[in-house]
Amino acid sequence: MKIVIIGNGMVGYKFCEKLLSKEASSSFQITVFGEEIRPAYDRVHLSEFFSGKSAEDLAMAPANWYSDNNIILHLGDPIAQINTTTKTVDSHKGLTVSYDILVMATGSAAFVPPIPGTEKDGVFIYRTIEDLELMTAYAKKAKKGAVIGGGLLGLEAAKAMIDLGVSDTSVIEFAPRLMPRQIDDAGSNVLKAKLESIGLKILTNKNTAEILGSSCISGMQFSDDSKIEVDMLVISAGIKPRDELAKLAGLETGQRGGIVVNDQLQTSDPSIYAIGECALHRGMIYGLVAPGYEMAEVVAATITGTPKTFTGFDMSTKLKLIGVDVASFGDAFLSGNGVQSIAINDTHKGIYKRINISADGKTLLGGILVGEAEQYNMLLQTFKNKVILPPNPEDVILGARGGETDTGAGVTALPDDALICSCEAVTKGMICNSVSEVGCETVDAIKKCTKAGTGCGGCVPMLKDLMQHTMKAQGKLIRNVLCEHFNYSRQELFDLVKIHDLKTYDAVLDKLGNGHGCEVCKPAVSSIVASLWNEMILKKGNATAQDSNDRFLANIQKGGTYSVVPRIPGGEITPDKLIVIGEVAKKYNLYTKITGGQRIDMFGAHLSDLPKIWEALIAAGFESGHAYGKSLRTVKSCVGSTWCRFGLHDSVSFAIKVEERYRGLRSPHKLKSAVSGCIRECAEAQSKDFGIIATEKGWNLYVCGNGGSKPQHALLLASDVDEETCIKLIDRFLMFYVKTADPLTRTATWLNKMEGGIDYLKSVVLNDALGMNALWEDEMNHHVATYECEWKVAVETPEIRKRFNHFVNAPEEKDPTVHFEEMREQKRAKEWK
Amino acid sequence: MVAATTTWFYACLAEDVPENGGVCVKYNNEQIALFHFARLNEWYATQNECPHRNQMALSRGMIGTQGDEPKVACPFHKKTFSLKTGECLSGDECAIKTYAVKVEDGKVYIAIPG
Ligand SMILES: Cc1cc2nc3c(=O)[nH]c(=O)nc-3n(C[C@H](O)[C@H](O)[C@H](O)COP(=O)(O)OP(=O)(O)OC[C@H]3O[C@@H](n4cnc5c(N)ncnc54)[C@H](O)[C@@H]3O)c2cc1C
Ligand code: SF4
Ligand code: SF4
Ligand code: FES
Repeated sequence: MKIVIIGNGMVGYKFCEKLLSKEASSSFQITVFGEEIRPAYDRVHLSEFFSGKSAEDLAMAPANWYSDNNIILHLGDPIAQINTTTKTVDSHKGLTVSYDILVMATGSAAFVPPIPGTEKDGVFIYRTIEDLELMTAYAKKAKKGAVIGGGLLGLEAAKAMIDLGVSDTSVIEFAPRLMPRQIDDAGSNVLKAKLESIGLKILTNKNTAEILGSSCISGMQFSDDSKIEVDMLVISAGIKPRDELAKLAGLETGQRGGIVVNDQLQTSDPSIYAIGECALHRGMIYGLVAPGYEMAEVVAATITGTPKTFTGFDMSTKLKLIGVDVASFGDAFLSGNGVQSIAINDTHKGIYKRINISADGKTLLGGILVGEAEQYNMLLQTFKNKVILPPNPEDVILGARGGETDTGAGVTALPDDALICSCEAVTKGMICNSVSEVGCETVDAIKKCTKAGTGCGGCVPMLKDLMQHTMKAQGKLIRNVLCEHFNYSRQELFDLVKIHDLKTYDAVLDKLGNGHGCEVCKPAVSSIVASLWNEMILKKGNATAQDSNDRFLANIQKGGTYSVVPRIPGGEITPDKLIVIGEVAKKYNLYTKITGGQRIDMFGAHLSDLPKIWEALIAAGFESGHAYGKSLRTVKSCVGSTWCRFGLHDSVSFAIKVEERYRGLRSPHKLKSAVSGCIRECAEAQSKDFGIIATEKGWNLYVCGNGGSKPQHALLLASDVDEETCIKLIDRFLMFYVKTADPLTRTATWLNKMEGGIDYLKSVVLNDALGMNALWEDEMNHHVATYECEWKVAVETPEIRKRFNHFVNAPEEKDPTVHFEEMREQKRAKEWK
Repeated sequence: MVAATTTWFYACLAEDVPENGGVCVKYNNEQIALFHFARLNEWYATQNECPHRNQMALSRGMIGTQGDEPKVACPFHKKTFSLKTGECLSGDECAIKTYAVKVEDGKVYIAIPG
């Protein structure tokens, strides 16, 4: 059987993929015509083109995928005509191909309203990679931008304009509010405020009368007689199905566009199907990818002998605008007739949430989330599966008050046929099955096996929850093992390594593990070995078991060069040492920047220059700052009582003492600390893993705070203690953490997971509930006594030093692919693609 | 299979390569990552460039196994690639080139097809 597909967009591609997965298709001869010059790419993530993704990154499948699967692909050759009587299609370049079944997946084009002046230079639409390339080129000289259309796509285009550097951009919406089809007035107001805070101007109730300018756009004139200056415009006023071919062939099309199809997605000619955005099904055009994929499945199944039907699709959406969450699901607006709606409107935080529930308060009918859409997946599932709401339905948008929200209970409540990934039509049952029957135990494995999560990616957090729950149900996850090579948790392994006195990664693997290691257990075990024995990490063959940054004692940066951070304890540095840093940076052409932790970072060092740079720094009295390691970073300090009129104690001296005590301590994750000289807290100690604040009577010690991606305030562990006690408490606290935390877990998360929380931590560290304190203090003293600067050892040990070369067979040559660009009189790494 | 026209390029001494780790070999204008997987008593060579962000970095990655498949993890974002086939084992990056390796008299040679 001969199948011809017109259009190689997302849905056309998906159709090929679905078709190949059906056995009956092996005898099919498949030909695809695509108008664009590239094989199908991920249009949904088109905007990522501006954040560095290349056309290849966006491709749905590489060009050779088609030939590998015996699909004949003609790109850049649109079909010009369909002859329904002879059952052939004619391409623009003059090919004529006959078909038994023709599938139209021609998608849609941007709808350009009939405004005078849309043909001017500087007016764009936003649909293809070419559009984006044209925009990128034009944006270089544009300053004032505008987007017509405040819908999903318009807002995405507006964000893209900002990313392109056209920071003065206005969004022009005809309706009185943004995203008029998805959200209500209150939601729109919150969204508007959020968008304004990222620099967009929002003009609603604006009807564009004319686009001004001679050959290039220079401004826009509105029907209310107002005007704005514009030198670049994107029109995103909706879509227009590409039905021109169908019309020409005499197929039935809708009045407002779209190829009319029945529930089998057949057009008025039974051997021609239409799928995706070009199809008009029961009066509806589906402008989203998930329904298109479902249509692809229906036709692929039907023509391979297992007929299916398409009966409509849920249009819930989540906007992927970076920085602003917006989502709507089900019936977002409905009111009246006993329907109740509950809304929270926090204009201060910029959060608006509304849910509509049935008169009896039992089922969720729809809703809107603006400013925070974390609950979107769960709400969508609750709605789709008619899960009974809790007695206080507002809980579903407030989240369980206090404590962590248990999304887990949520996923277990869903029925097996709940559609978790709507892009790929994967149900909860299929995902759980892939875990319990196929044995997928990572999200990546589930993605590969079921394809769930490979479309818009919105369901990935749920995949993880489902995986964990299924594994728990099988009694698996109870043991939180490191990876396939070690059947132990980090804590168990820590004790075993100690008992067996193991000092190298290989010895640990031989004795306690199986297989040959990986990028998960190597750094974890190396960290344990380093915490326990405090031996130079690059000795005894341990170098290649270190994470790459540890292996080269420096942080790898874009382009493959490294950064160099000498320790500057407490942030105190002499003028002479500052000069040395300046001289070294100049000599090796390094970019310098003050870090967030009160030290100086030098970027752009070639691998082979690292030993020379460190030699110079060490000669001037510097030592490694361990910025590359999971270990103590900085102890920040305020200037304290030596200068500050409010200072109670000498915070700088204490910070230096603390930093020098714990420097080099390898831990499950990085450690940060700070000391403030009084309660004004200029050193921000309460955002650190451990922070110290001077009081009238001594010091307050706070623990388990965090800046970073999930800020959390530190909690008070002890108050008004003297220096010596404070240090003892920190010794115990750190050793308890180093011994028991999972890999890559900061102290804040460690505490959050600890049963009993801060009260339990206090009972251990202050009241010796585990009877370990004396031992931990000894261990810390051992660490302090055996500390040596890793870089000093490295530059003085020839076998270690010789590893710092890019080419093993040309040690004197540097990596020729390293390139820098100039910026503000320094250099920066060349942007990657 | 190594084709008949293959040339064996002398890379370095076996002892120049750290056990269970990699080095980067310069071959004309190309960069080849060479790995001594001592635990398996095997040698592998691949392109040095990670296809994810086109970084010359694979030789500095950690090696290991996934099941029986030997692999290397890029230092940048930990994408992993089979050392045998070059296939990407974590996600959908394109596969990397692999080369045959032989060691004779303590010298390591890489097969350059052509
Ligand atoms: C910027 C942007 C963001 C989006 N974000 C989302 C989102 O977050 N979520 C979501 O669900 N959807 C989103 N969409 C919509 C989604 O991309 C579309 O629903 C999807 O691409 C439709 O697939 P399709 O194959 O029907 O059409 P298309 O992907 O448009 O493919 C149709 C192809 O057919 C070709 N063609 C047309 N006529 C011919 C001819 N005569 N001969 C040969 N080839 C022809 C076209 O050139 C095109 O390549 C977004 C779209 C854009 C532009
Ligand atoms: S925290 Fe107190 S002592 Fe330190 S600088 Fe601020 S005001 Fe001065
Ligand atoms: S915040 Fe992000 S971009 Fe900035 S240094 Fe940290 S990781 Fe890099
Ligand atoms: S560059 Fe290699 S994983 Fe990103």
